[in-house]
Parts: sequence; structure tokens; C-alpha cells
Amino acid sequence: MKKRLHFKYIGLLFCGLALAACKKIEERVENYEPLAPSNLDVDADTWKPVLLNGFTDLAVANPDAINSNAYLADLNEIKGFQNNLTSEQREKIKYWSAGAVLRWNEIMRGLVAKHNLPPYQGPDGVYPAPSAANPFAYPQFPFSNPPYAARSYAYVSAAQYDALIAAWYFKKKFARKAPYKNDVSVQSLVPQTDLPAYPSEDAVVAGTVVEMIKLLFPTEISYIEEKENEQKLARLMSGANTRSDWEAGESLGKQVAAKFVVRARGDRAGAAIGTPAIWQQLYDKTTATGETAWLSLETPKRPPMLPMFSKVKPFLFDSLTVIALRPSPPPSVNSEEFRKETEEVLKYSKNVTREHNAQVAFWADGVATYTPAGHWNAIAADEFVKEKYSEVRWARNFALLNMALMDAGIVCWDTKYFYFNARPSQIDPKIKTLTGVPNFPAYTSGHSNFSAAAATVLSYLLPDRGSKFTDLANEAAMSRLYGGIHYRVDCEAGLATGKKVGEYAVQRGKTDGANLGH
Amino acid sequence: MSKILPKRIKLKGLLCICFAAFSINAKAQTEADAIMIPKNYFCVGGMYSYSSWNEYWEGTFKRDNQNIGTLSVQTAGVMANYGINDRLNVIAGLPYVTTRATAGTLAGMNGFQDLTASVKWMPVETKLGKGLFSFYGIGSIVLPLNDYVADFLPMSIGLHCKSFMARAMVDYQLNSLFFTGSGQYINRSNITIDRNTYYTTRLIYSNEVAMPDGAVFNFRTGYRSQKLIAEAILESGTTLGGFDIRKNDMPFPSNKMNSTTAGVNFKYSMDFGLEFTGGANYVVAGRNVGQSSMVHAGVYYLFDIGKKTKETKKEESEN
Repeated sequence: MKKRLHFKYIGLLFCGLALAACKKIEERVENYEPLAPSNLDVDADTWKPVLLNGFTDLAVANPDAINSNAYLADLNEIKGFQNNLTSEQREKIKYWSAGAVLRWNEIMRGLVAKHNLPPYQGPDGVYPAPSAANPFAYPQFPFSNPPYAARSYAYVSAAQYDALIAAWYFKKKFARKAPYKNDVSVQSLVPQTDLPAYPSEDAVVAGTVVEMIKLLFPTEISYIEEKENEQKLARLMSGANTRSDWEAGESLGKQVAAKFVVRARGDRAGAAIGTPAIWQQLYDKTTATGETAWLSLETPKRPPMLPMFSKVKPFLFDSLTVIALRPSPPPSVNSEEFRKETEEVLKYSKNVTREHNAQVAFWADGVATYTPAGHWNAIAADEFVKEKYSEVRWARNFALLNMALMDAGIVCWDTKYFYFNARPSQIDPKIKTLTGVPNFPAYTSGHSNFSAAAATVLSYLLPDRGSKFTDLANEAAMSRLYGGIHYRVDCEAGLATGKKVGEYAVQRGKTDGANLGH
Repeated sequence: MSKILPKRIKLKGLLCICFAAFSINAKAQTEADAIMIPKNYFCVGGMYSYSSWNEYWEGTFKRDNQNIGTLSVQTAGVMANYGINDRLNVIAGLPYVTTRATAGTLAGMNGFQDLTASVKWMPVETKLGKGLFSFYGIGSIVLPLNDYVADFLPMSIGLHCKSFMARAMVDYQLNSLFFTGSGQYINRSNITIDRNTYYTTRLIYSNEVAMPDGAVFNFRTGYRSQKLIAEAILESGTTLGGFDIRKNDMPFPSNKMNSTTAGVNFKYSMDFGLEFTGGANYVVAGRNVGQSSMVHAGVYYLFDIGKKTKETKKEESEN
């Protein structure tokens, strides 16, 4: 009897061990279907680009004829690959077949999360700034905080959009089909398309990132090159592209991206960090009005995040519009209204529900995340995969979304640093927070601006989703109040302004020549 | 002679419980001592511990954080131990944990943490040389009792893993001197967090977090008699996998959390079943954990719930 009892317990223990042994995580991005566009958008060469002005200054060499020795060698290379495909290579083909714009957007999100770390102070208590001139020194360049991230997504997306418009132009011009259409012994391991293969649209997309990354994430050049090589091999092995299709596409992507790099170098983002004199001016200006000026809640006090990001050149409107979109001032710190607003934050801080905890965490998008802009890219990607867009429409929709997100960031930063007001915990230290307090002024909420802008664009692109995106934006905004880091007015004014910015992208979408397609 | 036998030392409760968020040692340690209570005895009690740190390791880099100040973890726990027979005990404990930071804005958290239930089996107890050798096998299960937030370290009260732990332990007692050594494997379940994407060493698109397993080695030695136990403890906990906190990043549940802890414990037992415990320990080395120092104290009551007459007879026959 005694012995049997012992065995029972031992048995239970081993059962438990076996049950808990499974550690593998299934990620929702793993199982995206291979992209098979429902519409090739063959007229995309007529769509309105962001920067391009015609195609005459873009060099794409005439492709080799399909009966040339060079092309036959290209085909033989593919056949050689296809004779010996490993399961790992097939996995890579499957991964990349989900779409180039999608996968490169994911890779960008990963880079943003990796580099989204505020610098650690030096022994003197001074925070070192990342240096584009010396990107590998600590702290590495960049610190991809929310404004930096929003701008990065926008440049890459806009460059991909313009580059793909150009690609469509050259595809139609040269009309060289996919390898599997030119030689029946080449298999197509991805969905077949009637879209000409020269220059490769996947390579165009990769080429833009390879070029933009030199400016945006210079420590990641080698990583991006590796990814590009992986994608190139996957496309060759799948029978979708020859090496010459790829090389022409990559070159075209780089040429178009170079134009965006020129714009980015001159868009004033390089000076967004400001100077100690500027930081002091901001403080003095608000103090002079009798309001409570913002102070960093970190110890040692950290300089405010990118105060001059407000001066960055937007994509969707001019700099005067940034000022015109600035909402009216928040309630004065001496007003009854402000007292009530602060009390409300304290109330949420003291009465935390599990649901609020979850909502705050879900939308926090703070340190080591892809930021609010990246979160909305992820939301968009999960929806776009259901739509079977062509690559050029993927790029167009991401460009609209990300230009809106970047410009919403500019308008929001302009508002924050114009009023330069205090966070709730600065006014009332009893207010404890469910997430880190961002190191910049409160009014208006960045999350609210980003989210409303994104929701406005996505609701336009996917009208059949109803109020889904608006509801998500409201949740994101309110999470900041529940978390104790924003007043209600920050969230509400931020939502209203973000929506206005989003409308500019919608207006652009309605007139860019791509609107009829959906 | 029988007086030095561990099983004859009647007033054996629970020596120490150490619950610490931001550490692999978020578990009861009572199953790690070489003490059994006799058949039909029941021990119940409460303990309190206070642990705090103001320095921690980001990977191997040791630092303070003026936006946290001192992070304190207070634990109040109840626990019970029952002797199914002299060689088989079951132990259960449940702590209520409260965290607080003295600086910065991050809100503290509190709540019931994880129920730990253990079965402690002593299959071998034999005279060896001039002393007594015993071998133990201990299996434990750890169950979070509510959906507390794990993904808000260092403020979280725990890591919210379901765990299975298996420990093998040897003990040698020579007069009043004892040596106990044990090794434990901790199999931890994956956890679910409130975010659907998070960064470890890359961005992961899931709300599920793969939790590395853990291994613990525990060595304790000291004086052990019916009345008094005074022991020194050295314990090392290693996360088998996991990743380092990067410079100035936030900690994450699946970090590689390693620590070496040194401490002392005392227990004094009164004749009528009341026992008092106390102790302190300190993390002497660590990785991705706070350098905690902890003090703890407990009161337990041990009593016989078997039939009085039968127990008396048994005692007599054994003597």
C-alpha cells in the first residue's frame, strides 16, 4: 500500500514534466500565405509618386533577350538550385513569398525595436547622444524613439512606393516574363503571375531598404545585406526571378531610394535633438506664461526627446500647416478644469483594474518595442495580408499610412514643445504609473495622434472593417490615461489632431490614381 | 541514539520561504531541507519576509537605478506540512507579495502569487559510519493562482510560470552536525503576456513567451537538534537559457536570471509544538537579477492529528 502511493506521486511528477516540455512559440507572421495578387495593378506606372518626377533619370539597362546565352545561363542557375533544394531553402522561399513589402516592413519593425533604447548616463550623470558619424560607439546610432521610428518607416515606405511605380513602368516597357514562363523546365515554387519579371519587384523593394538603411540604421548595413541575399536566393530558387531580373530591380530600388536619402538629409531631422540653450528656452518660455513647465521625471534629468522634431519637413503638407493644425492650449494649471483632470489621473492610478493593466501594456510601445508607428504597421500588415494586394499597392498603402504617422508625429511634437507642459506625476507625485513616463511634455498624447492618424488612413483603405480601427485608436489613447501618464485632454485633443493629419493622407489616396482599384 | 534521527526530531516545520520577483528563486524553499515530520503530524504557520535591492545586474553589468531607488519585495505567506507517514510528507505554501520602488513613478504591485505544493519522500535512511545518511526525492508543482502581471518587471510580483520541480537531496547527520546538499531541475511553462509582440534578441510576434528552465543547487550545513537548528546556506540558481538585459533596457520574464545566495537560518522549537524561524540571506553574485538582501521570520505550530492512543502506543513500541 505504501509503495503504491509512492509510485502514484512519482508518476504524477513525470506526467507534469512531459506536459511542460513544449517551448516552441508559434508566431502569427509565420503563416502568412504566399502572395497571389487579386489585381496586378498594371497601370501603377500612372500613379502619383511622392518624389519621382518621371522616369527619365532612372537607368535600367535593356534586358538580355530570352534566347541569349546570358539569359540561358541565368535559367541554368535556377535549374541548378532547383535540383538540390533543402527543406531550409524551401522554408526561406515560403517566408519571402508572403510579399517583399510586407517582409521588409517587418524587418524594419525589428530594427526599430532593437535600437529603441534610451542611452545610459555617463559617470558624470550626463546622457551621451548617439552620433551618426560614429554609429557603433555607445550609445549606438540611432536611438529609434517614436518620432525617429515614424520618420524611418515613412521614408522606407515612400521610397518603396515610388520605386515600384518606376518598376511597373519598366516592366511594361521591357515585358520580359518570369523564368518559368520562358522555360517550362523551370518550376514555379511561388504563385505564378503575368506581371513581367524584369526588373524584379522584390529586388526593387530590397534595394530601397539597402540604400535607406545606410542613413537610418548604419550599424545594420551588413545585416540588411544578408537579408537581401537571402531574399535574392529565395526568389531565384523559386523560379520567380533570374539573377538579371534581380540585379536590375535592386539597382532601380537604390536609385529611387537615393532621392529619398537626399530629401532626408535636408529634412532638418538631424537637428531635432536641439541644444541645451534650446531646452532652457522651452522651459523659460512656458514658465514666463505662469504655467508649470515640463521637467524630466528621470534621474538624472534627461534632455527632452527630439524637441526640434517639430521642424522636420512633413510629407503631406507644408510647415505652415503644422502650425495651423496645432490645437488650442491645454487647461491652465491654475484652473479648476486642470485640477479635475489631474484628480482623474490620480483616480485611475489608484484604482487599477486587471483590464486596464492589460490595455496599458498592450499599447505601451515603449522601450525596446517597434513604437506606436510600428504597432500600427503591424496592425495594418495583419489586415493587408487578407487583401491579396499587388506589391505596388502594398507599398502605396504603407506609404499613405506611414507618411500620415510621420506627419502626425511632427504635428504632435510641435504641440508638445509649443506648450511644454508637465506630466501628471510632475504635478502630483502621488500619481504612480503603469508604464514608463515618456520623457517629453504631456500635451498632446503621441499615442493618440499616431493612432488616430493611422486609424483614419486604414478606415479609408479598408472601409469594410467598420469602426475597428477607430475603436483601436480610442483604446490606445485611453490606455495612456489609465496608465497615469496623460490627462484626458491630452488623449482627446491628440485623437482629434491625429485624425486631421490622417485626412491629408486620405485626400492624397483619393487622388493618387490608385483609388479606383479598391 | 534514536534522538539524532531526523525523523525523531518532532518539531519540524518550514525553515524558510523565499519568494522574490526578478529572481529565479520565486518559490518556496521548505522542500529543500532534510527534515520530515512524523506520520499524522500537521504543521501550519505563517511567515513574513522583506527583501530589497538598490543595485542589479544588466547582464554582467552591475548598476543602480535612480528611477527605482530601492526595490522592496514584502512577502507574507501561509504554509502547511503534513506527514502522510514518516517517510512521506506533503507541503504547500501560498504567499502574498507586495512590491514597491522608493524612487521614480512606477507603480508597485501586490497580490497572491503562486501556490507551491510539494511531495517529499525519504526512501533511504541508514546508518553510515558514526552518523545517519538519508536520501530524499522531492517533486513540486507551482501554480499561479490568479492572472497577475508578469511583464512589468521589476514591479511584477512573479513570473507567472506553471512549474514542475524535481529535487534530489542527500543529508548526513553526525551528532548535532549536519550537511545537506541538493540539486533541483525546474521545468517552467511558457507564459502569456498582455502584449502580442515583444523583443528578446529579436522581435517575436506572439503573446506567448518561451520560458527557459532552471537549475538550483543548494548546500546547507550547521547545528541540528530537537530544540534548535542553526544553519548556513549557499544556493545557486541558474536559468538554462534566456537572454541578458541590454544596457538601460527593462527586464523581461525570459531573461537569464542567475544568482548565488548566501544566508543563515535559525529555528527554535518549544516543547508544546510552537516553533519560531528567522534568517537572512544576500545575493553575492548575479546576472539579470537584483542584489537582494532578505530577512525573514515565521511562526509555526506542529500538532498530532492522529488518534492519540494509537500514536502513544507507537511511540512506546518504538522506544
